[in-house]
Amino acid sequence: MSDVLDSYPLLLRGAWTTVQITLYGAAFALVLALLFGLAGASRSAALRAVNRIYVEFFRGVAALVLMYWFFYALPLLGLRFTPIAAAVLAIGLNYGAYGAEVVRGSIKAVPRAQWEAACALNFTAGQRMRRVLLPQATALMLPPFGNLLIELMKATAGVSLVSIADLTFRAKQIQASTGQTAATFAVILVIYFVIAQALQVLVRLAERRTERMLGRRPQARPIPIAATTGEVMAP
Amino acid sequence: MNWDWNYTGRLIPDLLDGLRVTVTATLFGYLIALALGLVWALLRRSPSRVVGQTVRWVTEFVRSTPLLVQLFFIFYVLPAWGVTLGPLTAGIVGLGLHYSTYTAEVYRAGIEDVPRGQWEAATALNLPRRRVWFGVVLPQAVRRVVPTLGNYLIAMFKDTPFLLGITVTELLGKAFDQGAHTLKYLEPITVAGLFFIVVSILSSLALRRLEKRYATD
Repeated sequence: MSDVLDSYPLLLRGAWTTVQITLYGAAFALVLALLFGLAGASRSAALRAVNRIYVEFFRGVAALVLMYWFFYALPLLGLRFTPIAAAVLAIGLNYGAYGAEVVRGSIKAVPRAQWEAACALNFTAGQRMRRVLLPQATALMLPPFGNLLIELMKATAGVSLVSIADLTFRAKQIQASTGQTAATFAVILVIYFVIAQALQVLVRLAERRTERMLGRRPQARPIPIAATTGEVMAP
Repeated sequence: MNWDWNYTGRLIPDLLDGLRVTVTATLFGYLIALALGLVWALLRRSPSRVVGQTVRWVTEFVRSTPLLVQLFFIFYVLPAWGVTLGPLTAGIVGLGLHYSTYTAEVYRAGIEDVPRGQWEAATALNLPRRRVWFGVVLPQAVRRVVPTLGNYLIAMFKDTPFLLGITVTELLGKAFDQGAHTLKYLEPITVAGLFFIVVSILSSLALRRLEKRYATD
């Protein structure tokens, strides 16, 4: 056990790589999810078809297969990425497809009266989306996004198979040099668990912020009763 | 580089072989996930707080750590403790264990969805505990969650490539081996990817039909 803990610099470097790939992948996936999710919720049949093709294709293919494809097959077609870029691309495209479904579903789930009210107030299509529909849809998106983020983080372990030095890869190195199989894998399982919990806390903070923004949750500091009732307090 | 159709044709039988391994692992893993998930869901409702909380944290732990590392653990660590499993068996156990933590949540939601009146009626009829669960609650709970459970079958199918990490030559592993042999990775990995897409799209279509049959409302 102490042998394993002695190699903590390696573990920390690996964990940092895992966190980086997770965050880059999540950022890329989020952009794709918003783009294709909006396309899926639009009234144009062509845009909806684009959404369907993207979602069905990239949801159907396994993340690891995509990663192998970017890593081994694409260079043969003359497209060469750095290993990390290939991993981020594969993970982002895959989870972006799941995210796009979440975005589309959330926009559709905002009560129709909100859309009608925005029309009645003569909002343009852009204003309707930006000021009325998206803010409310965001509150619906965040919980499923939190789950997807954990899934995405877990999928990054696959990059160790294409020899990117993430946490799992470092664990295999440490296991080979110390021979302490059980301790090594137990330690990194715990590290992964801690990363997952930290990500969950971040998502929960974002959820609270969004709800407060929408006025669905009391302010951080309650307003004193005197101020709301308009009573004048003695100085 | 151009696409080599002859080479592709020669690859197909081998890749189909890999697909068979993938499907076998998925189906057996799924059986474990269905059974074990129910065990977790029932244990979480145990009257003992210790049992309930332990199961809650264990499943939370398994659910938020990578399948690949769990597979390594089962395949490389368990032999030291006297349990030696072949690669495919270890893979099936790993998949089953990992996904049982998801199905447990699904069952739990299904059980909580069973109307209170059903429980009360079962108590009023003085049914034994066993019949309350197996005659009244579970049949209604499971029926509600069949579509969700089906989604996890497809999710699991797409996670089987991780088994190549513990030397199972499933579909992607076969494709990779073929590519490594000839140094032409494009065709095998592309075809493997297409197989994955075709199988998962076909199974989600089948699932949608199943959903209609089991729809409660």
